[in-house]
Amino acid sequence: MGFLDIRDVTKSYGNVEVLHRVDIAVEEGEFLVLVGPSGCGKSTLLNMIAGLEGISGGEIAIKGRVVNGVHPSRRNIAMVFQSYALYPNMTVGQNMTFGLEMHGVPKPERDRALADVARLLQIDHLLDRKPGQLSGGQRQRVAMGRALVRNPDVFLFDEPLSNLDAKLRVDMRTEIKKLHHKLKTTIVYVTHDQIEAMTLSTRIAVMNKGYVQQLGTPKQIYDTPANLFVATFMGSPAMNIIPATIVLQDGKPHAAITDADGQPCHLRLGQPGLAAWQGKPVLLGIRPEAMTDPEGADRKSANIVALRNRITVTEPAGADTFVTMTLSGKDAIARMRADAAVAAGQAFDFAVNMEKAVIFDPDSGNRIAD
Amino acid sequence: MSAVSQDTAVSTGRVTRAFLYLVLLLFALFYLLPLYVMAINSVKPLDEITGGNMMALPSQWTLAPWRSAWSTAQIGVEPTGLRPYFLNSILMVVPAVAISTIIGALNGYVLTKWRFRGDTWVFGLMLFSCFIPFQIVLIPMAVVLGKLGLAGSVPGLVLVHVVYGIGFTTLYFRNYYASFPTELVRAAMIDGAGFFAIFWRILLPVSGPIAVVSVIWQFTNIWNDFLFGVSFGGTSQPMTVALNNLVQSSTGVKEYNVHFAGAILAALPTLFVYIVAGRYFVRGLMAGSVKG
Repeated sequence: MGFLDIRDVTKSYGNVEVLHRVDIAVEEGEFLVLVGPSGCGKSTLLNMIAGLEGISGGEIAIKGRVVNGVHPSRRNIAMVFQSYALYPNMTVGQNMTFGLEMHGVPKPERDRALADVARLLQIDHLLDRKPGQLSGGQRQRVAMGRALVRNPDVFLFDEPLSNLDAKLRVDMRTEIKKLHHKLKTTIVYVTHDQIEAMTLSTRIAVMNKGYVQQLGTPKQIYDTPANLFVATFMGSPAMNIIPATIVLQDGKPHAAITDADGQPCHLRLGQPGLAAWQGKPVLLGIRPEAMTDPEGADRKSANIVALRNRITVTEPAGADTFVTMTLSGKDAIARMRADAAVAAGQAFDFAVNMEKAVIFDPDSGNRIAD
Repeated sequence: MSAVSQDTAVSTGRVTRAFLYLVLLLFALFYLLPLYVMAINSVKPLDEITGGNMMALPSQWTLAPWRSAWSTAQIGVEPTGLRPYFLNSILMVVPAVAISTIIGALNGYVLTKWRFRGDTWVFGLMLFSCFIPFQIVLIPMAVVLGKLGLAGSVPGLVLVHVVYGIGFTTLYFRNYYASFPTELVRAAMIDGAGFFAIFWRILLPVSGPIAVVSVIWQFTNIWNDFLFGVSFGGTSQPMTVALNNLVQSSTGVKEYNVHFAGAILAALPTLFVYIVAGRYFVRGLMAGSVKG
């Protein structure tokens, strides 16, 4: 049993079930990120944990206490909203201590808690200002401060960074991660940004259409995605999905694909279990960084396969150069070192790290286990 | 005026600007003319008015008509002046405005932030009361007031005006609160604020502009109302009814100077409210996206 237990939780509006049997146990001190496209049910789930939305089925327990039907203020949670939701008529200090005041905490104690948190977040000098006089980053800090002052069991973040500009967003992301390291609090964090999910979380729940598609550590989600949705949603640029056929060569399974000129090429697969799929069509998933120039290939990999193919487009992005080519009639993107000698129209010897390749069943979309 | 460029105004030439001011001035004078006539004739002896020159300044200034209108003029059968009726009006308007505004604010709060099944229907039905002519409700209202034992009293009038005003005040506050972010209410819920704490601490402090609209609207309507006052006022009739009794008296000499003074007295409170809160009125109307 976890610190925060979500057991078989469903949500329906009338006859429409929007969240289907979600089952997640969050350990104490864990940073769980719910990620998915808009409308996947991640915010609904967060609001159900907060008590802002009713639970249609199943139960949610915090510290072993079932909180279905418990008022939000009695769940010992704190929430940071997308719009920050700072009370415009109160000063920063009043904003941050409003929750304590409502819970009947005496004034000296409130002031002490406020001073501690303000120092931690370096907003001491802002306490007498109104939210309207703060910049976006400052508001964000105040919103987090308001949550921290309460010292709750669980922190809930609802897309807290999406209103900030790109640079500030990266800074605040680091800030949140630092804060989590320091305070070891339990956090549930909703975002649609897969990079935020990867960088912040200790575990990720990828959601789509009201289902949890996969629950796992960032590495599990990234390297062994459970299905095509997870594979293409996580990672940027997205994972290349290439139609292939499994063939046996020297008794070992290979993925047979075609290059830009329609010539067949066989890429050796590391998973012997795939022999059972001999002759069957599959989908081969390779991340862009697993297809590089030979010098940039991972030296520790046991299965680097050479692939000669014509380059369609090159996109230098500063740190890397992205190269587009055609594989089995589909565009595939490779990620090269910045100074790799590549040019559009040229044939080039790619090094493909097949250790990182994943194979999907084209009918179900699920990954074929090793 | 090209030297001073205002970001929204179209810059115009000096001649055009002068012409504009002239036209505006003429309109202003035209609108102010009735007030001028009232004011000027209220400080003249009666024979100067009946002598024929209504537009001229008084040759002999006097405040006697004002004193008479306020405390000694014959209202109906009593020579009381308008003073007791002025007091009746104040006693009626202040609670009626306050109560209907607070109820409207609460209604708006519930209809936007504590939504329930069928709330749009409830709101729609409340809007109906904005369109019901006064005359239709006279008889049912008389029955209700009679049963409550409030007929012919100031509390009765307060009740009538509150009931009639709730439709408008609810409309104002609902539209204003509809654009108030719900996340703030949710944040307050998590912070442990209850229904009334959220209302008092979070919503009311930012309701200034719309509260002003509601107060001005209610104040002018209730102060200026004649029909309810004359129907349900009984022995505690409001200012408007008394003014009518003063002006429409069919016996004796028509004291026009006293009538003018009385009319200004009756209009003063609403004028005062508009001058003090007028700019908030426009601002609030825009903020709530309500047409007044």
